[in-house]
Amino acid sequence: MAPRTLYDKIWDDHVVHQAEDGTCLLYIDRHLVHEVTSPQAFEGLRMTGRKVRAPEKTIAVPDHNVPTTLDRANASTMTEDSRIQVAALDKNAKDFGINYYPVSDVRQGIVHIVGPEQGWTLPGMTVVCGDSHTATHGAFGSLAHGIGTSEVEHVLATQTLIQRKGKNMKVEITGSLRPGVTAKDITLSVIGATGTAGGTGYVIEYCGQAIRELSMEGRMTVCNMAIEGGARAGLIAPDEKTFAYCMGRPHAPKGAKWEAALAYWETLFTDEGAHFDKVVTIKGEDIAPVVTWGTSPEDVLPITGTVPHASDFTGGKVEAAQRSIDYMGLTAGQKLTDITIDTVFIGSCTNGRIEDLRAAAAVLKGKKVKDGMRAMVVPGSGLVRAQAEEEGLAQIFIDAGFEWRLAGCSMCLAMNPDQLAPGERCASTSNRNFEGRQGYKGRTHLMSPAMAAAAAITGHLTDVREMMNEAV
Amino acid sequence: MEKFTTLTGVAAPMPLVNIDTDMIIPKQFLKTIQRSGLGKNLFDEMRFDREGNEVADFVLNQPAYRKAEILVAGDNFGCGSSREHAPWALLDFGIRCVISTSFADIFFNNCFKNGILPIVLPQEQVDVLMADARKGANARQTVDLEAQTVTTSDGQVFSFTVDAHRKHCLMNGLDDIGLTLEKASAIDSFEAKNATLRPWA
Repeated sequence: MAPRTLYDKIWDDHVVHQAEDGTCLLYIDRHLVHEVTSPQAFEGLRMTGRKVRAPEKTIAVPDHNVPTTLDRANASTMTEDSRIQVAALDKNAKDFGINYYPVSDVRQGIVHIVGPEQGWTLPGMTVVCGDSHTATHGAFGSLAHGIGTSEVEHVLATQTLIQRKGKNMKVEITGSLRPGVTAKDITLSVIGATGTAGGTGYVIEYCGQAIRELSMEGRMTVCNMAIEGGARAGLIAPDEKTFAYCMGRPHAPKGAKWEAALAYWETLFTDEGAHFDKVVTIKGEDIAPVVTWGTSPEDVLPITGTVPHASDFTGGKVEAAQRSIDYMGLTAGQKLTDITIDTVFIGSCTNGRIEDLRAAAAVLKGKKVKDGMRAMVVPGSGLVRAQAEEEGLAQIFIDAGFEWRLAGCSMCLAMNPDQLAPGERCASTSNRNFEGRQGYKGRTHLMSPAMAAAAAITGHLTDVREMMNEAV
Repeated sequence: MEKFTTLTGVAAPMPLVNIDTDMIIPKQFLKTIQRSGLGKNLFDEMRFDREGNEVADFVLNQPAYRKAEILVAGDNFGCGSSREHAPWALLDFGIRCVISTSFADIFFNNCFKNGILPIVLPQEQVDVLMADARKGANARQTVDLEAQTVTTSDGQVFSFTVDAHRKHCLMNGLDDIGLTLEKASAIDSFEAKNATLRPWA
């Protein structure tokens, strides 16, 4: 057999049927469901009298709408339409017999954090969810991507998806990262280099020493934002770190099944000589702590940089860059570290895991946020929150002046009450800086948890390395 | 799903690159549990001010384009969130076809599930269609899915490619789920084989 990529191998093992024109029916191992993109799909099943084909492989959790304030058990903390949407998921989970973590369950959290945490996500699987950040699960060497609501209904009814195979793209990060540089800086730097459409039509495999050196949490951060580079899925070959993370999780295999799984997982790597349609190589040591200045995730610059001029760009990007500069209220040539902020958001499926909270707390320990700063930490799940409390991280955040919230998507997409007001400017660990993403006319700068913590202290975008006494 | 065969209609020019699904339908409108009724909120934050008044210079508020059925858009249209509310909103407004140099994958896919035809053409052809669209309401473009062509108001014809399966479904208004369920026995045998090969999954 010709050498195959990791993507090729997972794909081949899930083809149920291939039509003459190359269209495939692909089997789906895990289907994650949340309250926003599923109600119309369940309604479709009801209207046609169809059932969920594999309820045991279907996992639902409300996350997008749910309030993160401590009083959220009180129904009045939600708007009427949000309440209806969460109630619909409660009912659909019960009626169709799928696995469910309701708001009241300590295991509730962001769907992409709950899946791996509970051992639902395992190497070599196909994982889908009606959410573009499903790419997160690719960190386990699984083929994971977002789907629309019609496809949610299709997977519920058939446990398959109609797919055409994408192309293979390799993103290699060589060498090691310098101190103060994190997984978030890798993933943003890749998007900065390739553009938001650079991965369109591809599945990205991230590899190289700097990727191998990342923890599972860091790898999830990298894969999470594959979609911001246009790739539906990003993945990383599983290794000892992956297996160690999975072992003992509630839904991971045990005993003989674990051994069989492990033997299979160890075959999940790209063969020597396998073909990639596109290759991008970045030196790990060249990556600096970065921030976004504009309203597209490709608007990435090292924190030591300055706001660009629209004339620095070509084609349609000239108009888009000027629009971004105006929307963001910036001046071309302005130093990024001179941009003052009033809000800090630490959380999301990109950076709401325990390692992210540890990194932010390490910067914040013994310090206070700038006067007047609105700062919040929203753990990615109830279990992340509990662990952070046990490790003393919660107290560090509270002592520094952060609000310590309950789990949910929160200000990453601002569907719940956590929103920016017009003109407010946020240092955010989330994944999208689109116009209005965190609130109408709100302004978002994306960065790592450590960088967001540094900005919270100084009140402006800040090079975290200065706080770590590292040479810039 | 409504069939798509041919369409002749007003094309609205939206040259901005990277129009994301948050722009197409902002999150506050995702709280619905229905597919219909989102057209009034299409491009909400670009189309209306905070008080709900129309922004006069936004393309779909201009008299010539209020009944547009085609969008000619900048590169990487539909990037970002997987929300199918984006094609639902376009469809509910009356847009049946979007033409661009590239689309984000998930949005592209979602269009076909809702009777919307996304067409990818090279930059120079999109430039011609964009200039044609700028002529206003009298410049109607024609999209013929059977022939796989787009024709400008002055008769220039451009060919596009489309996946055979998707074309078939769109032209006949077919429901994917029904088609897949015809292959239920293949799914059964895959599951049986999988239970042996990958019992943990």
